[in-house]
Amino acid sequence: MAHSVPAGQKWWSGGKSPFNVEYGKLMMWYFLMSDAFTFGAFLISYGSIRFATNGWPDPNEVFRAFPLMGDTHLPLVFVSLMTFILIMSSVTMVLAVAAGHNNDQKKVTFYMVLTIIGGLMFLGCQAWEWTHLHGEGAWWGRNPFNNADGSAATTNFTNFFFTITGFHGFHVFSGVIINIIMLIKNLRGDFAKRGHYLMIEKAGLYWHFVDLVWVFVFTCFYLL
Amino acid sequence: MENSQTVNTGHHEPEFSTKPIWRTFWILLGITLVELVLATIHLKTGFPPKYVLNGVYLILTCAKAFYIIAEFMHLRHELKNLIMTIAVPATLFIWFIISFLWDGGSYKELRNRYDRHHYEMSKEKAPAAEGEHGEHEPAAKKPGAAE
Repeated sequence: MAHSVPAGQKWWSGGKSPFNVEYGKLMMWYFLMSDAFTFGAFLISYGSIRFATNGWPDPNEVFRAFPLMGDTHLPLVFVSLMTFILIMSSVTMVLAVAAGHNNDQKKVTFYMVLTIIGGLMFLGCQAWEWTHLHGEGAWWGRNPFNNADGSAATTNFTNFFFTITGFHGFHVFSGVIINIIMLIKNLRGDFAKRGHYLMIEKAGLYWHFVDLVWVFVFTCFYLL
Repeated sequence: MENSQTVNTGHHEPEFSTKPIWRTFWILLGITLVELVLATIHLKTGFPPKYVLNGVYLILTCAKAFYIIAEFMHLRHELKNLIMTIAVPATLFIWFIISFLWDGGSYKELRNRYDRHHYEMSKEKAPAAEGEHGEHEPAAKKPGAAE
């Protein structure tokens, strides 16, 4: 960290890691940056298509259902729950990283389990939402929802929705798998033997990135 | 290999405070709640016009992104050179967003102006049976049966 480095340190004269981070962590950052551009390309194409179209469905009409509530009109409630779950699992992930800094194997296990549960809950919510929308007749290439002004909508809306939330959901899924692998390695005592928990930090970076992307997906699809 | 060793030892402090984590959590939760309250007020009263709200949402979203990256991903506490290699390429997004949205808007304007048929068709009301009916009776419309 920055403040543990003496002032006037010569970073580029050799013998030191110029960014003062481990190689794998640096590469994780650059991978996430490239992944951000992939998601950015998706969201920007969604935005430009939306700007190029005369009518668009009202998200508050499309995403208004909640499990077990039947036809009650509850816009934004379910997606708020999903957002809360993902932010919460991000918090438990940072707490796992913090526990790793203190070399506390038991606490790392505890918070990793919570993070995995959070990820699985989010995936469950998304599975419910997809099933619900599919039951209403929405899918790639099919859009039962009319535009906000009552005119017939193109399938762009559902295509973008399922592609982007699907791509994000796939990231959540891989994040859960990575976290499970980290949990197993932690339980086997691999990190304790190694003396540091940098692997947990790298998995954590990926997990926070998934949360970060959701923040943008949430805004672009449900709020705007 | 010597590099990674200097990193590993210099990197670790005995204490890793959890206080900023919870502070960040409350900030993120608070911003999300503000967004939801604004959206609900708009739904009920229509008071803050949609384009004003959209600007507010974008600012709040960027604020949330900042807190996640700076605190949760710990980027704020890294060396400045590292921060710059992440932050500078990310500013390309500003250009991407402005130019692509502008292009989309311009396409719509031009098409509406020169292709009146397209414009009128896009304003025509959809047949009621397909949209409204199917939407409110999910049981009646089994997947795949519609087409």
